[in-house]
Amino acid sequence: MPESSPLLVVDDLKTYFFTRRGIIKAVDGVSFTLNAGETLALVGESGSGKSVTCLSLVRLVPEPAGRIVGGRVLLAGEDLLCKRPAEMRRVRGRQIAMVLQDPMTSLNPALTVGTQVAEVIRLHQGVHGPSLRERILEALHRLRIPGAEARLRHYPHQLSGGMRQRVSSAIAMSCIPRLLIADEPTTSLDVTIQAQYLELLKEIQAQTGVAILLVTHDFGIVAANADRVAVMYAGRIVEMGSTLQVFDRPSHPYTQALLRCLPDVELKRSQLVEIGGQPPDLARLAPGCPFAPRCAKRQAICVEEYPPAVAIDNGHTADCWVATPVEV
Amino acid sequence: MLQGIGLKKYFPVTGGFFASKAQGWIRAVDGVHVQVAEGEALGIVGESGSGKTTLAKLFLLLERPTAGSILFDGQEVRAFARDDLARYRRSVQAVFQDPYSSLNPRMRVQGIVAEPLPAEERLGHSVIRERVTEVMELVGLSRDSATLYPHEFSGGQRQRIAIARALVTYPRFIILDEPVSALDVSIRAQILNLLKGLHEQLKLAYIMITHDLAAARYLSTHLAVMYAGKVVEMGTCDEVYTAPLHPYTHALLSAALPLRPSLKRQRIILSGEVPNPLHPPSGCRFHPRCPEALPHCQTQEPAWKEVRSGHYAACHLY
Repeated sequence: MPESSPLLVVDDLKTYFFTRRGIIKAVDGVSFTLNAGETLALVGESGSGKSVTCLSLVRLVPEPAGRIVGGRVLLAGEDLLCKRPAEMRRVRGRQIAMVLQDPMTSLNPALTVGTQVAEVIRLHQGVHGPSLRERILEALHRLRIPGAEARLRHYPHQLSGGMRQRVSSAIAMSCIPRLLIADEPTTSLDVTIQAQYLELLKEIQAQTGVAILLVTHDFGIVAANADRVAVMYAGRIVEMGSTLQVFDRPSHPYTQALLRCLPDVELKRSQLVEIGGQPPDLARLAPGCPFAPRCAKRQAICVEEYPPAVAIDNGHTADCWVATPVEV
Repeated sequence: MLQGIGLKKYFPVTGGFFASKAQGWIRAVDGVHVQVAEGEALGIVGESGSGKTTLAKLFLLLERPTAGSILFDGQEVRAFARDDLARYRRSVQAVFQDPYSSLNPRMRVQGIVAEPLPAEERLGHSVIRERVTEVMELVGLSRDSATLYPHEFSGGQRQRIAIARALVTYPRFIILDEPVSALDVSIRAQILNLLKGLHEQLKLAYIMITHDLAAARYLSTHLAVMYAGKVVEMGTCDEVYTAPLHPYTHALLSAALPLRPSLKRQRIILSGEVPNPLHPPSGCRFHPRCPEALPHCQTQEPAWKEVRSGHYAACHLY
């Protein structure tokens, strides 16, 4: 890891939703750092707070129900949570870009590909005239979109799913952002198309040095693409470390259980070890560790107090009273 | 027990709302041979648009095949009289992907689970209730839940209800269409284990349609790989995974990511996309993307061959 200060520092971020059912602590004290050129994967089940964490970084949490109630988000040393809305608009798109799960909903169905790519470049970089067209084609070529000239006049519905996701990534990467947030970018794609897309993302990262925050629930994608992993459960990061550390020596009982309950293409398992019970209701979180009711290693203290982060190894931490690395 | 011979399903493409003449045909399933014996679980994997779901619909008699036949216990299903057809429908049941849309929100669980029971048998209330309780216990639901509505259950629980409904007629065969794709990872294991347990305990046969290669490997005894309306490879699950024959199977398996980051495998990244079923490529449908394509792959369609004992493929390399 480089000695210089990280590109992104998230410190004790808390985003709550205030609803009639009570306060939903969607993100409850999340901290991590991300260096330039690095890929950090946020993994977790639905409702674990992955997407809300991403939305909080770009301050797009749906208001007024949702509010960032605490913490700091530093991008290259500047606190994003203190910025005025107009300043924040300049950060989005130029410094932080996002790719979302379903390109059909993130692209405008009534505008051509060319218009949609042009909009971003014109707005953030003030490019006009003939050089604009050049920049648009450059953006499409970066994502290896074949026949880019002809694609400019196409509408999203004329493209395949994989091509749509490339167009929406071309828009995201058109201003060479420093941070790319990819929220389940391949969930709607087929496996062979997914492999193409992830490979392309890696190449672009090598060329531009963009930092990638990859949100996914697929542990296979994490194992193959991320440098570091943060495992989320009920609004908190319960384990964090390098991909090798977390996969080879998972230390939080939740991570261990997840890795045991997944079928693996590489080996035929005779039985999957289930995790009993359901993910917790975030409006009615009991004190203590949120995983405690489902945990096989539960102690008396687990239901009373949230555990501190325990250092397992260099850069590998787990929030657990009984954290012990286990080979799965 | 269940066999499909040369199954084809073409959908007409019409010019517009008033044009009734077909301008072309989408070859969703184009000459597929599959068979499932008693107690086997056949996984059918492939990408979207490869014809997996259409194949399932053919077996469920929800679509009429354009050509080919379905044999049940050696008898042609299309020739079935009314009684035989009713028997077939009881023996072959289905579980669908999304338990939020496959359960009627206005019916209680008791009614949902009992619905496949045939009306003409005039089963008494107590018999029906007993049956429902029995299958609900089989899938791990408490008997009290019978009086609740679907919205009172989580996704995993709803999928259990859907499985209970499929089991209530004592079927011999269940078609699972992406049974765990809509569920969260920790819940997925519960449902996969349940399905595996039922398979072993009740000697049920399955056809499991999925794009999740890991889940298919866990649950299936046999595997068929589909591409653009055709089955390109079929064999026992272990054989296909450890010694795949068809280049498409190679690529598909290498694109499925293993859970070990330390395991660096050679990955085959396919160029191009799944072909348009309206104009499938000539010859072998995979040839434009195939890394090992031979000159005659463009023109000649490969024959379905038994390459090793019990391991079939349609490829010119063999």
